[in-house]
Order: sequence, then C-alpha cells, then structure tokens
Amino acid sequence: MKRRDFLRSTALASGAFMVPAFLKPLEAMAMSGLTGYKNLVIIQLSGGNDGLNTIVPYCNDIYYKKRNTIAIKETDVIGLDDMQGLNPNMAALKEIYDQGWMSIINAVGYPNPDRSHFRSMDIWQTASDSNQFLTNGWIGRYLDATCQTNKNPYTAIEVDDTLSLAMKGDKMKAIAVQDPNKLFQATREPFFKNLVHSQNSEHLNEDNLGYLYKTMIETYSSANYIQSTSKTYNVTAPYPNTQFANQLKTVSKFINSGLQTRVYYVSLSGFDTHVGQQDQQGRQLKTYADGVAAFVKDLKQTNKLDDTLVMTFSEFGRRVEQNASNGTDHGTANNIMIYGGKLQKAGIYNPAPDLVTLDNGDLKYQVDFRDVYATVLDKWLNVNNNLVLNKNFAGLDFI
Amino acid sequence: MRFEDLKKYKNASINKALRELFEHSENDEPIAAVTQTVDQMMMAKADADTKKKFFQMERDQEKNLNIGWIDKMSTTDATLREKMTLFWSNHFACRDNKAIYMQQLNNIQRSNALGNFRTMLIQVSQTPSMLLFLNNQQNHKGHPNENFARELMELFTIGRGNYTEQDVKESARAFTGWGFDKDGIFQVRKNLHDDGVKTFMGKTGNFQGEDIIDIILANKQTARFISTKLYKYLVNEVPDPLHVNTMADVLFNGNYEIKPLLEFVFTADWFYDDKNIGNLIKSPIDFIVGLNRQFYITYQKPDVLLLFQRTLGQELFYPPNVAGWPGGRSWIDSSSLMYRLKIASTVLDQGLIDFTGKADPEDEAFLATVRKQQQVVDTRVQANPDWDKVFTDIPKDMSKMEIADFLLEPQLNATIQNTVNEDNDLKIMVVELVSTPEYQLY
Repeated sequence: MKRRDFLRSTALASGAFMVPAFLKPLEAMAMSGLTGYKNLVIIQLSGGNDGLNTIVPYCNDIYYKKRNTIAIKETDVIGLDDMQGLNPNMAALKEIYDQGWMSIINAVGYPNPDRSHFRSMDIWQTASDSNQFLTNGWIGRYLDATCQTNKNPYTAIEVDDTLSLAMKGDKMKAIAVQDPNKLFQATREPFFKNLVHSQNSEHLNEDNLGYLYKTMIETYSSANYIQSTSKTYNVTAPYPNTQFANQLKTVSKFINSGLQTRVYYVSLSGFDTHVGQQDQQGRQLKTYADGVAAFVKDLKQTNKLDDTLVMTFSEFGRRVEQNASNGTDHGTANNIMIYGGKLQKAGIYNPAPDLVTLDNGDLKYQVDFRDVYATVLDKWLNVNNNLVLNKNFAGLDFI
Repeated sequence: MRFEDLKKYKNASINKALRELFEHSENDEPIAAVTQTVDQMMMAKADADTKKKFFQMERDQEKNLNIGWIDKMSTTDATLREKMTLFWSNHFACRDNKAIYMQQLNNIQRSNALGNFRTMLIQVSQTPSMLLFLNNQQNHKGHPNENFARELMELFTIGRGNYTEQDVKESARAFTGWGFDKDGIFQVRKNLHDDGVKTFMGKTGNFQGEDIIDIILANKQTARFISTKLYKYLVNEVPDPLHVNTMADVLFNGNYEIKPLLEFVFTADWFYDDKNIGNLIKSPIDFIVGLNRQFYITYQKPDVLLLFQRTLGQELFYPPNVAGWPGGRSWIDSSSLMYRLKIASTVLDQGLIDFTGKADPEDEAFLATVRKQQQVVDTRVQANPDWDKVFTDIPKDMSKMEIADFLLEPQLNATIQNTVNEDNDLKIMVVELVSTPEYQLY
C-alpha cells in the first residue's frame, strides 16, 4: 500500500480529519463529563391508550358491567395479582414481570384533566398545569438545567425524524435520529460540509444567524459522533419485525455502543380506539409488548438493564364505560409502566383504579404524573426536580 | 420578495412601494375550499364503516383547507393581508375538526387583518370554532366555564399579570349564554345568560360580553401587549421597549385600527436598522410559501405541502395549543434545520423525500383505523418551479453577487461568496443559496 493511500484510509476511518479542530474540545469534554450514568428510555403511546384493557381489573364486577362487549374475559387475562392482569396480547411481558423488572403505577393523571389529545399531550410533554402553556418540554428543561455537564444535543435522542416538544429546552434541544447512517450522510454532502467548515464555533455571534450555524455545527458533530460510535456495536438479540421494535433495537445499539446519551424517546401511535377497539388495541399492545420484552431481555443479556429505566405513558386513559361502537372515548387517569433491572418496588405499585368514585364517568387520578417525573429526575437523572418542574414534587419510591 | 418585485421597485421610494403593498392588500377575497358540513350528529349513531368514511371526509376537508390557504399565500398579490392573517390566526389560535368552521374563522381573520382589532376580537369570539374551542358553549348562568374569559385576557388582549382571578370569574359571568345554534349562527341564549351585576377591573355594572371587551381595550396595556407581539413578528424577536411604546400609542390613539399601526412601523427609521434586517427566523410557512412565490412552484401532489409543514413543525390550523406557536428560535432544532436545508433543493431540483413528519395527536383516531402506521414516504417530490420565469425576471445588469445579496438578507460570508464566484451554472448557484442558514432569515 502506498503511503498516501494508507494515510487517506486511516484518516477516513478514524474520522479525525473530518472533524474540524474547533469541534474536538466539545467532544472530549462530553466524554469525561459523565461517569457511570444511567439511561432513561421514554415510550409514548399516542392516541390515549385504554389502560383498563391493558392492565385489566379482572376481579372487578363494575369493569365487566360497564364494558359488556369489549371487556377482556377473565379467563383470557394473564393474572398479575388478585386484582389486575395483563391483556393477553401482552403475554410477552409476563416473564419480564415475574423477573421483577416491571412496575405498574395505577391511576396517574393531573388535576382538571383535559380530554383533548393535543392539549393533554402538551401537558404531559411540558409537565405543565392544565391551565398553563409552556413552550419547552420537561426533558428539554432537564437539558437546560444540566447544560454545564451535558453540552451536546445527543444527550437526549429521539428515535424519529422529528423532535417532540418534550425534548426541546430554551437553551438546549435534543436531536432526532431515525437512522444514524442517514443523518451522517446528509451532513456530509459537500455543500453542507463547506458551510460548516466556514464557521468557527467560538466566533459565532449571539444573533439568530449565529444560532443557526451553531445548530448546524452541532448537528454535524453529533452526526459524526453518533454514527462512528454506534457502528461499533451490532445488536444480536432477536427483535420482532415491526417499526416500533426496530426503534428499540436502535436504542439498544446506542446504549450498548456506549453512546453518551442519557435520554431516549420513542413513540408508538394508533391508540385512539373509538371504534372496534379490541382488534385495534390488541394489535398495538402486541407490537408494544413484544418490542419491549425483546428490548428488556436484550439489555439483560448485555448487562445494561441495571443502568436502564424504561417509562411508558399515554396522554390519557379512556372512559370507564364503553361507547356504542365497541370502543371507548377519551378519559383521564391512566397507568404508567416502568421497566428496569433495579426497581425498588417491582410489581403493582399502588391500588387498582377506583371504578366507583368517578369524575364524570372517568377515573380520578391518584398519582400526579409529575411525581413520577420527579422520581426519575431526582433518583435516576440526578437533578433536583424543582429545577425542571418549576415546583417541588415529593416523588415516589419505585426506584 | 421576487425578482419581478425587485425590477418594479428598484428605483421606487419606500412610500411608493408601501402604497402599492397596501393597495394590493385591499383585496380580501375569502377562502372557499370547504363547502359542505360533515354532520357530526349522524356520526354518533353511525356504524364502523360509515364512521371511517366520516373520518376520511373530515381529513379531506382539512387537507383542502390547508392547501387552499397555502395556495392563496403563494399566489396572491395581497401579500400583506395574508401575512397578517397568518399573524392573527396564531394570535387567536384555535382548533376544531369542523373544517367549515375553521374556514369561517380564517376568513374573519383575513377580512379584519388590516381593519379594527376590536371588531375582529368580537367577531372571532362569536365564531362556533372559538366558542367550542374555549368551551363557551358550556358557560352557563350559575355554572360558569371560565376558559374563554381567561384566555381572552391572558392571550388575546392584555396578558398575564394584569388581571385577577376575581376578574376572570366576573367576566366569565358576562359571557354566559354566548353560543351558537344548529346552523352555526351566534346567539346570546337569554335563559343561560347571567344578567346580574358584575364587578370587573374596578368597575361595576350589569356588564355584557362587549362591555368587558371595551373595559379591557380601554386599558393601554392591551395596546402594548398587541404591539409587543406584532413587533416580534415583524421587526425583531427582542422587543425594544421604546419602539413598542410608540407603536402602542399609535394603536391606542387610533382606536385599535391596525392599518395605521402597520404604516407607522413600515415607515419608522428603526424598521430599517441593520439589526432589524435579516434577523428574524422564518416560520415554516414563511419558508415554504417564500419558496413557492420566489420560484413559482406548482405541485403535482400537493400532499407534500402537508408533509413539509409537519416535518418543519407548523401545520396550518393545528397550533400546539391556544397560545399558538412560540416562534423564533423554537422553530429550529437539528432535524428541522436539516430538513429546511434539504427541502429547498428537493423542491427546486426534483429530489427524493425520505422522511415522514409526526402525525398530529388529533389524527390518532384515524390512524387507529388504518392497519399500517407511518409509512415512510420515499418518493419524488414532483414539484415544478418555473425557472424560465425566474431567469427572465432577473434584471439583465444584475451580477451574480447581487443576485446572492438579494436572495439572502444577512451579509454574505466568505464561503458563500466563494460559492457564488465558483458556480458557473446560475441555477445551481441559486439552489445552493436557498439551502443555507442565511436563507432561513429575513
């Protein structure tokens, strides 16, 4: 091999020549800034998942009375305790539950619940009160609050094409990466590269043009870092062939390759089941459960489960009584499902929802969702929850 | 601005250009993309298949309305009116799945866009879409629903910190009974209206809804609130208190007439200050419509316009909440910036689209009925810019650098200047220029 060729191939392989010198300190700092950190994986079920047909109160007569055509038959339910059990489409999670890697928090919601999708999703993503409008998300504010140590957009990654409000702070924003290779290629188009190299990040102005170039340079740098790090690891564990499972597989790749990322965000859509709920929701729950079970087992195998916490939420649960089209309408409080290797309190965390005392036919919340967030912030991400939630929440003790 | 506009106004004074801008915007022709109502009463009793059809019909109407407006903004001569309609539609942010009501609200915002703020506020407040959105249909004597009264003050007029909780309660009483009948016609339902005495912002009387609005407008803070928002929309995201105050004077003393306020802003010296040129971040709609206008783009599949809006984070008629899109830097994150840089060349150069925007939460009911989720679009964009027209419009004596200067508002940096000098193909040069961060500003 000629010397010149050798130089070229090593330079390309390491990527060192590709990264402009001014970008390097940024990445070096990030490497040392975080030690022994843990990952949080947030799974959003969009559309308002019917929690009562997910974690089924199969020993409650009222449930069967109010849902005479869409209730899950007692004989089909996979019992967890003497009150509640899993929807049969979630059979894959039974093993996870039995291992003590799953915790279910019942009746999570907030005061004065809003039953519109977009408003309630907004409330969950921004962690606001129901009459308050915030322009940044709770993970975004976590990034803002810790920007001294978490300097890079890839501190939080959404496995998607676009970024959710939850992931946007005022100073810092997460990065959306559906496919690390695609993102890398896009940032390496010659004209894009030229523009990035035309700027020196230390001399950028504070004005909007400076902000745009800063975002561009960070994207360029992050794309390189994510691509070159994640490609060192191949996921060998089996995953189902769904887009959702693929996204979790990507998260596994990121975690196992040692990416310096603390929060991952994944969504699964299609839970707004006003009509013919059983098939629709069953299909989605199977996709969800099979994907999550594969993910949790994969992480257990690679010794990452103890450092990972998975949290699943939906913007609201659904009305206790079914509607006339074998579906359910928008409701309020719902369950949150938590997974991890180091749960303080595995299993069912608090009593099953009260089906007697209702708020206009909907469940009354027992746990404020921000107490769940506070727990994660305080005990998992190690930041004072009032810095992110703007007031102090006591938190719970599932971790 | 287009090259043809440059030709026309190159030697014109600001006053002449402004006169024409306002003249062209006298045209307030409404949008008529939606003509039929989808009957939701029937929907409650319908079977699953019929419901699916209803969902589909609703979606089609919403799509037609959205594209109808994009189309109007992209082709009209009444540019200032559309620009202001966009402003008011975000100021009075609203959502409703009845497209015909949203169209009505949009047309009210259009016809009043340069008119009187008080008139617009009252008309907007009396539309079915706003009455529904802010729950005033449920605002009854004895059981007030405060949602409308609160947002009226917090977001539409005076802003937080300028009213008390008691003011919210008392004003809600004045709006009890405001609603609409089955034909969507506004009415004060006498039996639901609270006729008692109310005390609001230090005044006491048997106030009706309009009285409350007048008391709020008589407080100059309302003029300041509107002026601040408008300044951030038209001038600079960082408001200059001095400039905003002079704007508030014009608005307040002019009985909330909007046109004189705009004339004042556009003729103010500070409007043309260096720091106020090329420093506003285009909204996704500004960006998409700007490209359409500058390059006379027609779309064989207008659906991609919806995809662009979703991907860039601003889908018309789907504001994130009643506070509207926050704007400014919140438009830009790693992915949205990448897509902006990419979309320009995709549209101008027949590129591939291989991304998919997030579905709006309100689309979930529809998504739940379709088996396949989120299919990734990987397809040609099928947009046709009219390059011939673009090139004929460019004045003959214009140098490449002047063209670049015209397309990009901020100062050209060295890399861009090199690109301009090195590109021999004018079309390639133009495509590259609109794929820069600079093009995101105006």
